Amino acid sequence: MSTQATPASDVRDVIIIGSGPAGYTAAIYSARADLKPLMIAGSVTAGGELMNTTDVENFPGFPEGIMGPDLMENLGQQAERFGTEIMYDDVTSVELEGAVKTVTLADGQEFKARTVIISTGSAYRELGVEGEKRLVGHGVSSCATCDGFFFKGHDIAVIGGGDSAMEEAIFLTKFAESVTVVHRRDTLRASKIMADRALNHPKIKFIWDSEVETVEGDAKVSGIRLNNLVTGEKSELAVTGVFVAIGNDPRVDLVKGVLELTAAGTIAVEGRTSRTTLPGVFAAGDVVDPTYRQAITAAGSGCVAALDVEHFLADQNS
Amino acid sequence: MSNAKSATDATFSADVLNSEKPVIVDFWAEWCGPCRKLGPILDEISVEYADKVDVVKVDVDANPAISAKYGITSIPAVYLFQGGEVRGTVVGARPKQYFEKEFAEFLK
Repeated sequence: MSTQATPASDVRDVIIIGSGPAGYTAAIYSARADLKPLMIAGSVTAGGELMNTTDVENFPGFPEGIMGPDLMENLGQQAERFGTEIMYDDVTSVELEGAVKTVTLADGQEFKARTVIISTGSAYRELGVEGEKRLVGHGVSSCATCDGFFFKGHDIAVIGGGDSAMEEAIFLTKFAESVTVVHRRDTLRASKIMADRALNHPKIKFIWDSEVETVEGDAKVSGIRLNNLVTGEKSELAVTGVFVAIGNDPRVDLVKGVLELTAAGTIAVEGRTSRTTLPGVFAAGDVVDPTYRQAITAAGSGCVAALDVEHFLADQNS
Repeated sequence: MSNAKSATDATFSADVLNSEKPVIVDFWAEWCGPCRKLGPILDEISVEYADKVDVVKVDVDANPAISAKYGITSIPAVYLFQGGEVRGTVVGARPKQYFEKEFAEFLK
């Protein structure tokens, strides 16, 4: 299913790893600069986090909103229109030191380039409690749009207090009898519009100041055990579904020990640029951003990376 | 290219449970983003390992009985059946290499 790329022996101008808003925007800009980017989009992660969302209402330019997967499809087409080569494969290792970088895919193919843009995004964070891993696919889920359908008429819980958690909770009311949001604090981190929608929703209840201690159930989820962080009181909540939306961790496995990371675990970049600690290696999107993590900020940072690549190559050739 | 076929509540026994070969079953739905990613990967497997396994797709929307029988609550869910029994499961979209490793003994 991979498209045939230019022969592997050629040293390219730029390889982009990852295909979320940052990767695609970097591809659009670098393709328009005639750098003929090769994008390694990922086999099952292609399109990034927005592939698991429904309506995106805050991406500028879409007054009626746009479906996340449609937005990513559009970005991909725009990148290809200007000559981006896209391979739907996974990168297993990178060699980033030296003037020519090597990117190796899961099937062993190697590609070389003078610059690499890392836009690998972030991965969904697990609760890390007993029962969670064992019951994935049996009531524990991280994708409301995928799995909500199976909980028609059920009582379910959403863990988290940010925009993703509110979006999941609101989406799940379409199916569930009741949705209980469990959050560690006494206020939501979500944007006001999302928080208000959830707080005012007749099917959504809230349990504040509480964390999940265990996910209970033998063959499938039967409930969660909660600990109130203020009072220390333990309680049980009977639910058949647990949707986890407590945030994401930057996906830095490929570059751990090679590029400097920040205390937040993101790839360290210089000031407002996308320059990492290795020359010719740039990073963009959620993998550098512990703070904002929006589709539009990722896209903006992908643009920055493409422009930085352009300047870097121009300096080398002058 | 794909050798995968679709099974329904009505044909599941014939297509999967009574199959001579091991069968990889992909529980999917149109509205599931990751399912759309996984589809082409299982299509590839259906061609590459055509002599070892069958690949069968079950649309959970249209076939609630089979999905309920196997307790599917998260898709994509990929089940490997042999002799009518579930011999392996993979929940969530995974790269091709992951299935080749997970189902290695049935693909040899």
